Amino acid sequence: MIEIKDLHKSYHMGNNSLHVLKGINFNVEDGEMVAIMGSSGSGKSTLLNILGMLDEADQGSYVLDNTHIKNLNEKLAARYRNRFLGFVFQSFNLISYKSALDNVAMPLYYQGVKRSKRTERAMSYLDKVGLRDWATHMPNELSGGQKQRVAIARALASDPKVLLADEPTGALDSKTSYEVMEIIQAINDEGKTILIVTHEDDIAHMCKRIVHLRDGVIIDDQRIDQVRVKEMTNV
Amino acid sequence: MFNLERWQEIFETIAKNKLRTFLTGVSVASGIFILVILLGFGQGMQNGVTKEFEQDATNRIAVWTGVTTVEHKGLNPGRFIELKNEDYDYLIKKYEDDIEFKSSVYRIWSGVATYKNESGSYRVEGVYPDYQFIENASLSHGRFINYPDHDNYEKVITIGHKVYTDLFEEDEDPVGKQVQISGINFKVVGVYTDPGGEREESRIFLPLSTSQRVFNAGNRVRNLGFTLQRQESFAKALQQSIKFSAEIENFLKERHIVAPEDTSAINVFNTLEEAKRYYDLIAMIKLFFWVVGICTIIAGVVGVSNIMLIIVKERTKEIGIRKAIGAQPWSIIGMILHESIFITAFAGFLGLITSMGLLEIIGPNVEIDYIVNPSVNFNVALTTVFVLIAAGTLAGFFPAWRAAKIRPIEALREA
Repeated sequence: MIEIKDLHKSYHMGNNSLHVLKGINFNVEDGEMVAIMGSSGSGKSTLLNILGMLDEADQGSYVLDNTHIKNLNEKLAARYRNRFLGFVFQSFNLISYKSALDNVAMPLYYQGVKRSKRTERAMSYLDKVGLRDWATHMPNELSGGQKQRVAIARALASDPKVLLADEPTGALDSKTSYEVMEIIQAINDEGKTILIVTHEDDIAHMCKRIVHLRDGVIIDDQRIDQVRVKEMTNV
Repeated sequence: MFNLERWQEIFETIAKNKLRTFLTGVSVASGIFILVILLGFGQGMQNGVTKEFEQDATNRIAVWTGVTTVEHKGLNPGRFIELKNEDYDYLIKKYEDDIEFKSSVYRIWSGVATYKNESGSYRVEGVYPDYQFIENASLSHGRFINYPDHDNYEKVITIGHKVYTDLFEEDEDPVGKQVQISGINFKVVGVYTDPGGEREESRIFLPLSTSQRVFNAGNRVRNLGFTLQRQESFAKALQQSIKFSAEIENFLKERHIVAPEDTSAINVFNTLEEAKRYYDLIAMIKLFFWVVGICTIIAGVVGVSNIMLIIVKERTKEIGIRKAIGAQPWSIIGMILHESIFITAFAGFLGLITSMGLLEIIGPNVEIDYIVNPSVNFNVALTTVFVLIAAGTLAGFFPAWRAAKIRPIEALREA
């Protein structure tokens, strides 16, 4: 699904140049659930931004679902993002003046889906995250966990190949974090490929594979036994 | 444009910032309001001046005389110059090809006219039949005096409408009735009206020959009046009338031994030249009004642009989110442009409608010299509509461009 070869990225600030990614090699198969870990400054967010086509690598190749991602103009990047990727952010990033349903329907709007169909599909995804009854509520009427669930529903709405989550539980307490992770695990069970950036061990262990980054290189990459939220007794 | 979704979003964002949108709208609306009112009054001034010149044929040239003020060839100042029939005869013969209508005038400033028990004092003028056209007069009863009247020294008169209403009873047919002027009986042959109004309509015309005979004027005349042949363009007509007036002034001054620099003994008034001066002035004023109006609109548009920039700044994060979930640059540009055009157009139309409504209501009631019925015509309204839409596009474009340039990664980082 994702093939990355020798990826480099530097940031330039005045005369200083900061080499953030120093040759990343990394493959993700269909249906995997990968946690990307590392301390701050390790380059994990940069990697996620490149994977999400929000940023571009200086060097190296990136193939997503047999499509070479390079030399993107804004228009093409927007189309790929819409078709291939779903984003979940730490700070939810819902549009504040739109209802939960409208937020979820937004990617479909940019896909050119008709209004009635859009509402129907958005509703089914809201149902999937257990928020059917909250469809008409505004984001500020929802709890943090509910907001993140709306964001997940939105990320899923365009039926992307890959779900990219940047610290999805970073702003939530552990109980809500686990609820959110339970939903993400359920989505993964349906076969969706998922990448999660996190610095929390317990969250990482709910994935199937953990990739450790330090100073712009991968220092550790191993498959693990997934901890299923459903089977945890203390929740 | 007809995307319902887009409209909804615009109303949502406007609803979030009612006061701000309202104030922005007011600046645009007042710009258009001022432009339209100014243009309306420009038109009003043009109407007023046109009306002012309507009372006589616009290509009229009039000659009258006065007292000399400059010593010339040994003659003292203070002589009263009098024109003669011979002056007139010579001029009409010499300029036969240039002249369209012509008349000389002998005038009694106040003649007492009496009919039955009614009487009044009016200007009594002996004229040629052409004078009707020089005065731009039209007949409501009977006919104007004609050449046979003139040749036969007939005692006939054509009276002004004011004279008719003063002397005659309502609905009384004046034609054929006898009116006494200075004790002499004249037969009324017609009644005329004049666009110049009451002042121009309180006159009595009789044949020149008759007037010279009954008022013992010999061969003296007071005024000369001419109109020139129509030319294909205003510029040509103007050139011709200036040349003609200069030539007859020189000729008459020479013949009556008046110094060339004497400005009061012989006067030549050229309506066309005067008209041109007014029309030029009005054209300048109109241009000035446009400039002022457009500048006011620019001020409004800059306001809209400013607000849109702030809106883009405020919505940076939202735009970043939209882009992250697949919004294309053009859809972002469209969103901002649409909002800007909507605000400008809506506020502008409001200004347009109020100002046109105001002109419609007060326009016909404006009674100021030189301003008649200020109004804007459909074309001007249409032009301002285009100005508006162009302005809205311009106002929205730079903010929209900036919005499209927002990089989602940076927008999302701003927590």
